[in-house]
Amino acid sequence: MRPFVYEQPADISAAVAIASRFTTSDDQPTRANAQFIAGGTNLADYMKLGVAEPNRLLDLNRLKESGLRQIRVTDDGIRFGALVRMGEAADHREVKERYPVIADSLRLAASGQIRNMASLAGNILQRTRCEYFRETSWQCNKRVPGSGCAAMEGFNRQHAVLGDSDACIATYHGDFAQALIALDAVVHAEGSRGARKIPFAKLHRQPGDTPHIETDLAADEIITAIEVPAMPWARRSLYLKIRDRESYAFALASAAVALDLDGETVREARIALGGVATVPWRAGAAEQSLQGKKLDETSAEAAADAAFAQAQPRQHNAFKIELGKRTLVRALLETRDMKV
Amino acid sequence: MDAAAPRPKENMGEPLPRVDARLKVTGQAHYPADLPTANIAYGALATSSIAKGKVTKLRLDDVRAVPGLLDIVTYGDMDKVDKPKFGNSGATSIGPLHDRRIFHDGQIVALAVAETFEAAEEAARLIRAEYEEEKPTATFDSPGTATIPAAGKSPLFKEDVKAGDFDAAYADAAVKIDQRYSTPTQHHNPIELFSTTAFWEGDQLTVHEPSQNVTGWKVELARQLKIDPAKVRIVSPFIGGAFGSKGPMTPRTAIVAVAAKRLGRPVRCVTSRMQAFGTQTYRAETRHRIRIGAGKDGRISAFAHEGWEVTSRPDAYVVGGTSATGRMYDYGSVLTHVSLVQTDRNTPGYMRSPPETPYVYALENAMDEMAVALGMDPVEFRRINEPKVEPIGKKPFSSRSLIQCYDQAAEAFGWADRDPKVGAMRDGDWLVGMGCATAIYPTAVAPCAARVRLTVDGDVRLQCGSHEIGTGVRTVAGQMASERLGVSIDKISVEMGDSSLPPAPVSGGSISTASVCSAVLMACDAIRTKLYAAATAEGGPLVGSHNEELELAGGKIVAKSGASAKVGDVLKAMQVGAIEEYAEFAPKNATPEALKKLYAGTPEFHGADQDEDSVKYAFGAEFVEVRINRFTREIRVPRIVGAFAAGRIMNTRTARSQLMGGMIWGIGQALHEATEVDRRYARYVNRDLQDYLVPVNADIKDLQVILVPEVDHAVNPAGAKGLGELGNVGTAAAVASAVYHATGKRIRDLPIRIEQLLV
Repeated sequence: MRPFVYEQPADISAAVAIASRFTTSDDQPTRANAQFIAGGTNLADYMKLGVAEPNRLLDLNRLKESGLRQIRVTDDGIRFGALVRMGEAADHREVKERYPVIADSLRLAASGQIRNMASLAGNILQRTRCEYFRETSWQCNKRVPGSGCAAMEGFNRQHAVLGDSDACIATYHGDFAQALIALDAVVHAEGSRGARKIPFAKLHRQPGDTPHIETDLAADEIITAIEVPAMPWARRSLYLKIRDRESYAFALASAAVALDLDGETVREARIALGGVATVPWRAGAAEQSLQGKKLDETSAEAAADAAFAQAQPRQHNAFKIELGKRTLVRALLETRDMKV
Repeated sequence: MDAAAPRPKENMGEPLPRVDARLKVTGQAHYPADLPTANIAYGALATSSIAKGKVTKLRLDDVRAVPGLLDIVTYGDMDKVDKPKFGNSGATSIGPLHDRRIFHDGQIVALAVAETFEAAEEAARLIRAEYEEEKPTATFDSPGTATIPAAGKSPLFKEDVKAGDFDAAYADAAVKIDQRYSTPTQHHNPIELFSTTAFWEGDQLTVHEPSQNVTGWKVELARQLKIDPAKVRIVSPFIGGAFGSKGPMTPRTAIVAVAAKRLGRPVRCVTSRMQAFGTQTYRAETRHRIRIGAGKDGRISAFAHEGWEVTSRPDAYVVGGTSATGRMYDYGSVLTHVSLVQTDRNTPGYMRSPPETPYVYALENAMDEMAVALGMDPVEFRRINEPKVEPIGKKPFSSRSLIQCYDQAAEAFGWADRDPKVGAMRDGDWLVGMGCATAIYPTAVAPCAARVRLTVDGDVRLQCGSHEIGTGVRTVAGQMASERLGVSIDKISVEMGDSSLPPAPVSGGSISTASVCSAVLMACDAIRTKLYAAATAEGGPLVGSHNEELELAGGKIVAKSGASAKVGDVLKAMQVGAIEEYAEFAPKNATPEALKKLYAGTPEFHGADQDEDSVKYAFGAEFVEVRINRFTREIRVPRIVGAFAAGRIMNTRTARSQLMGGMIWGIGQALHEATEVDRRYARYVNRDLQDYLVPVNADIKDLQVILVPEVDHAVNPAGAKGLGELGNVGTAAAVASAVYHATGKRIRDLPIRIEQLLV
């Protein structure tokens, strides 16, 4: 393991100040000399594997701002402090009642031990688990820009069929992010250029020609909170995760669904798809295809076809198109049938 | 499921808790890499990132600058020691630092040694090898494979078994199938990582390393280092999962020993999980073609099983499970053939039930297909083909309780409620399927030595160089001494896992309980004989009693008449503080060299299909229920029942645990486990537990183990059949059978995954 400096800034402004001293505005957060760490369930792992190589770690766990550790429910919605642990949010009574899709997405992620460590902001910034990214002896455009992609023609069963490029097909594996993008969440961030709000859908970047640029964040920016707007009908929502085993595995395909129904007719649908795309994936075409329609197996299938119309299969992941569609159909029907 | 240990039935021992249970659950059990060692230096491996070619240069400049670096062991540094040998004690013949040639992905290119673990890791990471690369051959169907007949290539696989005229019988059969099956690459992934700690005291070498074969390793390591085996000691008190992976010694052990010698300091090297995929052994992928022919009445007349197994270029590792599948049922005629397919991969090795897991999977999946083709209940189909004698050598089975296993498991499972029609059973959106399969494992036994001492205070010390790989053998051996000496288990200390103890065979092939207990039985009986002689001698407290009228119980010698004498008093009268007996057990058919070979670390195996009088196997029947979602097709296993008969059950708790663990592994083999090979580079892709999936708790719901009483005096003096490798045989076929029943889709390639059921 490479030696590194470890610091515990006392508050957000101190953390930003140190980060901006050791990074430049061109630095990507994942490649900067100084990087933030919270739960450490992803970064520490990648440091041991030599995938992440910060020489200065800024531990955010001692930041004194109490809002970072709070879940606040108001008439405007719900606000999650960035350092709230996944397990805490998953067990929160009002989260479970008002936004089942959020609670499900957290509950079905990782393991109990990891959920107790991992912060919510860290979770949404988790990096891909592509096997060829994780192991430094392979070519990887995301890890070493321009080096090539070993996954493209390699073993790519878990890889993305949506939002991919010729440079990268690595899947975004997070679950929570699918609920957030479906519900139009907003991320609050603070950096040396001040505080700003980022629509969740703008936080992650598709790989394109620059798969090493993963988010819209600057290297000295810290996520401070995640806000989800009030949405009374989100009580009718769920997260369905399909995987090879019952627990502690990434999604082969997943769907975050929230439905505003008038009887069996869809007033509004929110749909995000996990396990199949390079970034958190809002399925806008599928949402539109359902609007004003009676929700049944036929209309759900049409929505699923719309969601995967642009999907790009590779040698081992072609099944994800069919699986992704069926996952969405099942999620839509199960959401419709929820007793709320 | 019921968590309580099963109550013993006929010919079963008490469910004593493990003697080391508390140590293990409180973290006080010291595994080899935990053993306190002073002044230790740390080693870390650098491994190749290509599978075939030559290392032209190692760039070490950055490495030498790492603070705390002590040494780099690499090419040239092993020239004074001999290369490893492939065999029972050696995982491969490849001496990675003897030769700049690269034979496989992840081959050791150097060992960095430093003051701290972190510095060693950093140094190893900075070692950059430059290669002259060649195009490697990854697996079946890759360009460059060489296929050779397996028979005779390994001492463990002498011939392709056959009987009668298969071709004629198959041609005449009214109902027949001809199908192909495959099993994937698998790695053991024990939770305890692989490690070697070596230190020298003068010319005496001690190695702490998790091992299933301390005696074999002592001899093989001494051979490589060109020193007297008496100067080598292998210590392995606890092993955190082995499953065969810690049976043969890998080249790392000698490299670390050389590093410790150069440095004059203990060196410990713990390999990372990723590195274990290339530096240890694994279960290679297999392919099978099975042909079965039967009459309309369901009686099989023809059975052919052809197998293909991947191995490395230099070593002919064979599993050859046809010797078991060829004897399973009353086939009439049998034809088998096993081929090895040489590739640029590391040498495969033993993995829990090495021959039976893949071969019986293929056979039992085919049996289920045949039952479908016949329109017959799969249990009934097996009942009809139950043999009186095995078809190859026409020998009887020493005991065979397969049908009893089927009956008891079927009853507990509720097989009678199964609607045989495919796709007929549903629960809401879930398709329900039920299937079954046979489990079989050969019953072998090997020579073994043990030392038992009984003191005047009633304490017993039992020593045997066997290995506690998690099976509970330490408990079971103690239990045997407890029963024979009439001493409670808490008065017995059991020492194992050290090559300075009386030698035991490799803990493989499910022979340990039978071999160890037979030796312990001999030693205890020798103690009994001495005690009885003293007690019944002139002036003794039980004078006039005959040995057969005496029993040892509660620290006393008790006569039929009711008279008794305290063991302590008898010892005092003998004017001794203890009786110690050293016993050497050799199986009935052992050769005159058997004991010599035990001490040389190359023990003979007897039993199974090798004996003249009978063939010896343990059997079981497993029933599985699967649920498959009608939309998304994920497969879940809510219920599994297994019934097993394995001669005397020494301890119903440890036996049940072994079988339960096996069945869970079987579910993993059916649905989860596979090492993915990148065919372009012959490299492993999913080299960690994130991507190499095994079942987690949530995957295992209702699991029931039934122990079926069986008495078999022919197998060994202890009357016990090994069952450590029985539970995971057949499970995957039972799952495949249930998946077919639920969906009508016959999956022949493991693991069974969602994508196979979507189409």
